[in-house]
Amino acid sequence: MQAEQISIFIENKAGRLSDVTGILAKAGINIRALAVADTSDFGVLRLIVDDNAKAEEVLKNSGFTVRKTRVVAVKVDDNPGGLHRILEVLKNARINVEYMYAFIQQSGDKAIMIFRFDQTEEAIKILLDKGVTVVDGSTLSTL
Amino acid sequence: MIFNIEYETMPREALEAIQLKRLQTVLSHVYATVPFYKKKLDDAGILPGDVKTLKDLQRIPFTTKQDLRDNYPFGMFAVPMANVVRIHASSGTTGQPTVVGYTARDIDTWAELMARALSSAGASRGDIIHNAYGYGLFTGGLGVHYGAEKLGASVIPVSGGNTKRQVIIMRDFKPTILTATPSYTLHLAEAAEEMGVSFKDLHFKAGIFGAEPWSEDMRQEIERKLNLDAIDIYGLSEVMGPGVSIECREAKKGLHIFEDHFIPEIINPDTGEVLPYGEPGELVFTTITKEAFPIIRYRTRDITSLNPEPCVCGRTHVRMNKVSGRSDDMMIIRGVNVFPSQIESVLMQVQEVEPHYQLIVDRKDNLDTLTVRVEIGEKLFSDEVKQLQQLENKISKDIKETLGVSAKVQLAEPKSIARSEGKATRVIDNRKI
Repeated sequence: MQAEQISIFIENKAGRLSDVTGILAKAGINIRALAVADTSDFGVLRLIVDDNAKAEEVLKNSGFTVRKTRVVAVKVDDNPGGLHRILEVLKNARINVEYMYAFIQQSGDKAIMIFRFDQTEEAIKILLDKGVTVVDGSTLSTL
Repeated sequence: MIFNIEYETMPREALEAIQLKRLQTVLSHVYATVPFYKKKLDDAGILPGDVKTLKDLQRIPFTTKQDLRDNYPFGMFAVPMANVVRIHASSGTTGQPTVVGYTARDIDTWAELMARALSSAGASRGDIIHNAYGYGLFTGGLGVHYGAEKLGASVIPVSGGNTKRQVIIMRDFKPTILTATPSYTLHLAEAAEEMGVSFKDLHFKAGIFGAEPWSEDMRQEIERKLNLDAIDIYGLSEVMGPGVSIECREAKKGLHIFEDHFIPEIINPDTGEVLPYGEPGELVFTTITKEAFPIIRYRTRDITSLNPEPCVCGRTHVRMNKVSGRSDDMMIIRGVNVFPSQIESVLMQVQEVEPHYQLIVDRKDNLDTLTVRVEIGEKLFSDEVKQLQQLENKISKDIKETLGVSAKVQLAEPKSIARSEGKATRVIDNRKI
């Protein structure tokens, strides 16, 4: 039930982000979700794309340090309190969220959030127990 | 002012006669007591008795920093430990610092030479010396201290650090001579300004600055900001410590080498050939009076030239020009000797592979800063920012612990460090020295 994310190390300087998007565009890879964590001198770019294997290959070939990371894609009710209910479930189970970001979806009454947990397996188990929908990687890339 | 008129103004001919006699004595001494020198001379096919003129010194092989490391810790000592009263060690070499020893007579010689140096900068009995060189294994603090006492001046052993307290002491104790590294001096000046203390109101007449390279521009800046005569001093622990050579306050043009104790040579660093006066090259020293740790033809790696012109101050000792660079890749950062290879070995322990890195040295607010850029490979790359920051902190801490110098670590993308002819450019020194 896990999903895969591509993480890329980028220095905090002008044009680096567009270098990455350029490489992906040229390879015909579609970016579905994206988040950047930054410090004063570097950042980590996190991507969900429609073809992880190819994205990793083209980025590595261009000299980037790339890593695949296990994340969890969760369906969240697209109404007030939707995200809060899920975070409450995690809080009660004492599961720490390392980071999270939104997945782009054009329509529907559910949003998809990407989570990175310190305990991935346990988090999935708890969420499923509480009736939360977890989207697996293969489904995610077809959305 | 000249502390030892007899020796410091001795006619060249008499000086050279003394040099030769002392050189012959020291060669016999090391040949008999230090296996390293015996082997070196035997291998070169020259015996101490073969040295009949000063020029014959050129037939003796050089001694290098690596030789000292190979004989760590006490292999180069020429007297039994029972006769050694002091041990110093050079800063910041991975695993094996350079260890030097002194007999009671060596300490006395050193004190005499430092007293000469202080006199040369205009100090005398009755002066109060604010000694901000570090006390400890580093030779700076104690070297100046013993010289000041020998001179009969009053020494304040304030050592390095605690800058605000230093400013208060300078204001209240009214010292007249300042001894410190030039970069720390400018830092002191800024701290004083922030505290509302003006050097115009202080009592300094001269400052003796060394242990790191500094430029004529920096001299002007120090003299303007601190309202004193800035005098350049030179020394290294392998040869003795501070007081190997110093400028005279009269000329402030080149540093007189105390030639009755040291024989300087300038060589071509590539060929080892001895160069004539005036030509720039690597400075080589032979100590001719030291007992515990005599050193023969030691390659300092410092680039300078020698000037034999008579000086207005009356000293007959040859002058070396300000050190203009190094013939190796050593950097001096806040008075600490740093070789890129030392940083590399720290990085290798973290990364377990050959690291690609770059050292960037700057001078900000008059203090040297070292930035270490390290390319991050897949093995160390974590998706989480906090782990990457922990990695930066760990490398920084390891560098501090191993080398004693603070460094800011910056992770960099692979291949982002410029490579020239396949080899990375290791050091970018932006300091204007």
